[in-house]
Amino acid sequence: MGKMIASLLALFVPLSFFTIGGGNAILAEVQRQVVGVHHWLTQTEFADVFAISRMSPGPGSLYITLIGWHVAGVPGAIAATVGIFLPTIILTYFIAGFWSRFEKAPWQESFETGLKPVAAGLVLAGVFVLFTNLGGAPWAQIIALGSTALLFVKRTNPFLLLAAGATIFLTAHQWQLV
Amino acid sequence: MGLQTDSTTQAGEPAIPAPSASELFWMFCRVGMTSFGGGTSSWLHREIVEKKGWIAEDEFFDTLALCQALPGLNVTNIAVWMGRRLLGIRGALSACAGIVVIPSIVIVLIAILFAKISHYPLTEVALGGATAAAVALPFSMGLKMSLRIRRTPVPLAVMTVTFLAIGVFKWPLIWVAPICGVASVWWEHVQREPG
Repeated sequence: MGKMIASLLALFVPLSFFTIGGGNAILAEVQRQVVGVHHWLTQTEFADVFAISRMSPGPGSLYITLIGWHVAGVPGAIAATVGIFLPTIILTYFIAGFWSRFEKAPWQESFETGLKPVAAGLVLAGVFVLFTNLGGAPWAQIIALGSTALLFVKRTNPFLLLAAGATIFLTAHQWQLV
Repeated sequence: MGLQTDSTTQAGEPAIPAPSASELFWMFCRVGMTSFGGGTSSWLHREIVEKKGWIAEDEFFDTLALCQALPGLNVTNIAVWMGRRLLGIRGALSACAGIVVIPSIVIVLIAILFAKISHYPLTEVALGGATAAAVALPFSMGLKMSLRIRRTPVPLAVMTVTFLAIGVFKWPLIWVAPICGVASVWWEHVQREPG
């Protein structure tokens, strides 16, 4: 057991520093290591774990928690979660401190202004991927666009939107439109 | 070339009392538990900026841009940064605990229950509809972010190239983000200090 925990930490702690822009950056490498190198999970198990994480609330990268859980139960889940989250949490804490020491320095404003269009492009690219991967066309696309319009112009409660989306889908399913 | 600010200032807004550590914990926990279908940072934007008003929208977008550039998952980076900004180390710890601990317990429970739930096809149908509606959160935030970008050719081009490279052409983020980021920051820097 101790050996398993150690190898989970040895895998995820270094990978933690490569999660630039989010957990998807390391997805391919995690899959290679977990399925191909360590044989902790089969290809199908890995796909299942990933699908469950997409359907669950919370950060998408929690699939790593599930890998740890598969490998070594609760201690494994804890080790994988700590391994992937904690190193960069500590790093970001110190960078945030450093950043606030030089508040409003010209180089800092260059950074902030310069990174803004990249950030917007990344968010919209993520939206594009989510949007094009929605199952149940054209209803899914109509729901997505309609709720975006509502949320953009008015502070609509997102849960109402989610519930409405689910209801429309169930109704369409009932009438065999989906 | 003249220097211009790219967005409105928020100086006139009334001060809002800082949250307590437990308020922060539960807020991040709530976001961790309710956001799904991707785009957790847009749920945070809604809570921190639009509902609670703890942080101005401009500052939130600045922080988000930095957090995307740093190693680490966006949501935990934002949690640390915002938590620290609002309540120091206690805030950072509460925010991180809220967004990681409870959701990671829940995902294991869901994995255990999954075999049973998946026997009902209607669960999947309902989830599909909710996931479609959930696109609205990152979409609406992305639109707001793009509206706050200075309307000059270079920033708009950087945004478009990033979008096309990652979203449409699916090029590796690990190359696109640093290249676009460095180019854009360098451009802003040159704008500020000519020569």
